[in-house]
Amino acid sequence: MTIETKTCAADGTDRSDLIESLREKAREMRKDIVRMVGAAKSGHPGGSLSAADILAALYGRVMRHDPANPTWPDRDRFVLSKGHACPVLYAALAEFGYFPREELMTFRRINSRIQGHPDMRKTPGVEFSTGSLGQGLGAANGMALAGKLDGKDYRVFVMIGDGESQEGSIWEAAMAAAHYKLDNLTAILDLNGLQIDGPNAEVMGIQPVADKWRAFGWNVIEIDGHDLAQILDALSPEHRTAGKPTMIVARTVKGKGVSFMENAVDWHGKAPKPDEVEKALAELDAA
Amino acid sequence: MPEMLATRKAYGQALVELGRENPNVVVLDCDLSKSTMTNQFAKEFPERFINMGIAEANMMATAAGLAACGKIAFTSTFAVFATGRAWEQARMSIGYTRMNVKIAATHAGVTVGEDGASHQANEDIALMRVIPNFTVIVPADAVETRQAVHAAARHAGPAYIRLGRADVPVIFDDTYRFEIGSAVVMREGTDISLFACGGMVAEALKAADILAAEGISAEVVNVSTIKPLDVETIVASVRKTGAAVSAEEHTIIGGLGGAISEALAEEYPVPMKRVGIEDCFGESGTSDELLCKYCMTGPNIADAARIVLARKPALSAVEGEAGR
Ligand SMILES: Cc1ncc(C[n+]2csc(CCOP(=O)(O)OP(=O)(O)O)c2C)c(N)n1
Ligand SMILES: [Mg+2]
Repeated sequence: MTIETKTCAADGTDRSDLIESLREKAREMRKDIVRMVGAAKSGHPGGSLSAADILAALYGRVMRHDPANPTWPDRDRFVLSKGHACPVLYAALAEFGYFPREELMTFRRINSRIQGHPDMRKTPGVEFSTGSLGQGLGAANGMALAGKLDGKDYRVFVMIGDGESQEGSIWEAAMAAAHYKLDNLTAILDLNGLQIDGPNAEVMGIQPVADKWRAFGWNVIEIDGHDLAQILDALSPEHRTAGKPTMIVARTVKGKGVSFMENAVDWHGKAPKPDEVEKALAELDAA
Repeated sequence: MPEMLATRKAYGQALVELGRENPNVVVLDCDLSKSTMTNQFAKEFPERFINMGIAEANMMATAAGLAACGKIAFTSTFAVFATGRAWEQARMSIGYTRMNVKIAATHAGVTVGEDGASHQANEDIALMRVIPNFTVIVPADAVETRQAVHAAARHAGPAYIRLGRADVPVIFDDTYRFEIGSAVVMREGTDISLFACGGMVAEALKAADILAAEGISAEVVNVSTIKPLDVETIVASVRKTGAAVSAEEHTIIGGLGGAISEALAEEYPVPMKRVGIEDCFGESGTSDELLCKYCMTGPNIADAARIVLARKPALSAVEGEAGR
C-alpha cells in the first residue's frame, strides 16, 4: 500500500471526510497508547497522547511511504527525536500496517521488537533510534542533506519536545539546517508546555520559542496541534519556503484525550492501572 | 530476606544531611530530580537547588563555575547522559581544573530495565576512570552510598559516584566504615578471589555460597573505589588465592574488570575472568530478566570461577616448565 502525498483537496466535502477518517485513526492510536503503556506497566503516555493527531496526519495522509517496503529509498522519513513518546509512533506504525497490532502488547518486554525507546534495528518503520534527547534533529538534517546530495525528492519530518529544546544540540542543528537551506526538512515542536520536573516555564524557560526559530532562519508556522485541518495545512508541501527549513510550532495538551492525564505533569512517565486504562478507553470512545 | 533499597534513594537522603551540615553544598539536576532523588534536597533547600533543564553539558560547566567560587557542587542526572553527553565538560572543566564537583549519576547499568538500551549506561565507569584527577566510586548498597556521598563531599576535587535505579540488598550494617581508596574483604577464602562493585557485590556473595557448597573457598572483595584502585588489597588477595573473577554491571572493557586486569598484569598475573556486559548494548526488560539474559547473576559468577579454577593447575604447570 502506497500512501501518496497529495495536497489537501480544496473541495470541502472531501476534506471533511479526510479529517473525519484521520480523527478516527488518532482515536484508535490513543487507545493503543493507553493499552500498550498499561500492559507494559511503564512508559510515557503524556507526550505520546499530545502527538497523536500530528502522527495520524503524517502517516495517514502527508507522508509518501509504503508499509510493505519500509526501506524504500524514496520514502519520506519521520524521526521521533523525543523518543520516549514512542508509544504514539508504534501505534501509528501498527495502525498503518508496519507490524501486527497485537505486537503492541509486547511493548517494553524482554526480547520484544517494540523497545522502551525507538530502535531502528528492531522495529520495522522506525527510521532512527532515539531516546537520548537532542539528537534526532541532527540525524534528520543528515537525512535531508543526503536527499539533496542524491537528487531525491523525499521529505524528512522530525518531532522534538519543548523540554528537549533545552538541549544545546537542538540549536546546533537548528543553525545547520538553515545554513544548508534544508527546505526538504519539516520539524514539528510538540509544545505541550510540560516536562518531567514541571512546566517548561518553571524548569527552564524556552519562550519566545517561535521567535527563536525565526531568528535561526527557519520558516515558522504556529498551529493548534490537535486541529487536523491546521495540521494538514502546515504539513502540506506548499507551506514550505524555498531555501529554508520549516518549523511547525504545534500547541498541544500533554495527555490529550484522557481527562485525568491532560496537563498533568505526573503522567509524563507513569503507566495507568487496569481501572485507569478502562476509564481512559471509555473516555476516548465517547469523545 | 535482607532489606532492599536503591542506592539513589540513599543518595537523596545523604544530600539532605549534607545540605544541613554545609551551606556551601549546592545541587544541580537536569529535569530528572524525581528519579535521581535530588528532589528531597530541592524541597528543603530550594535556593541551593538549581534545575538546569534538559542540558547536561551546560550543567557540568555551570557546576564547575560554582565550584570555582567555593561551592561544593553535586550534579545529578542519569549516568548515560552525565558521562556521555557531558564527558568533555567533565574532562576539561572539572577534571583538568580539579574543581570540587561531584557527579552523582543514577540509573547506571542494565537494571534501568524497561527504558532499554538508550538509557542503560554500561560504559560510564570506563569513561570516568580515564579522566585524570577523578575519584570513581561505585557503592554496593544504601549504607555504603550514604557514607560515600559524605566522603566525596569531604574530599577536595572531582568525584564520580555511580548509583542504580533498582532496589538492591542492604549488605552492610551501621558498623561499616567506607573510606575512599579502600577495598574491603567481605568474606575470606583461599581458592579464588571474587572482586565486585555495585549491585554485583551481593551477587558475588551468592556465588561464594554456591561455590562453598562445592567445597570451593571463595574470597569476596568489595572494590567500591575504582579509582584510586586499592592495588595492595587486590594483590594480597590473589597472592593467597591465585585466581580472580571480576563482576560488575558494566561492560567488561575498561571498568572494574579492566582496572583489575591492568593492575594484576603488571603486579601479579593470575588466571582471571571478567563477568559483565560482553561488548553489546542492552534492551528493554525487567532488571532481573536482564541480569539473567546478560549473565550477571550469582550463578554466572560461580560459573566464571569454575572456568578460572580449571586454568589454575595448567598455569602452575607452565610456571614449573619455565622454572626448570
Ligand atoms: C539527553 C537526555 N536527558 C534526559 C532525558 C530524560 N528525559 C526523558 S523525557 C524528558 C522530558 C522531556 O520533555 P519534553 O521534551 O517536553 O517531552 P514531552 O513533554 O513531549 O513528553 C527527560 C528529561 C533523556 N531522555 N535524554
Ligand atoms: Mg513537553
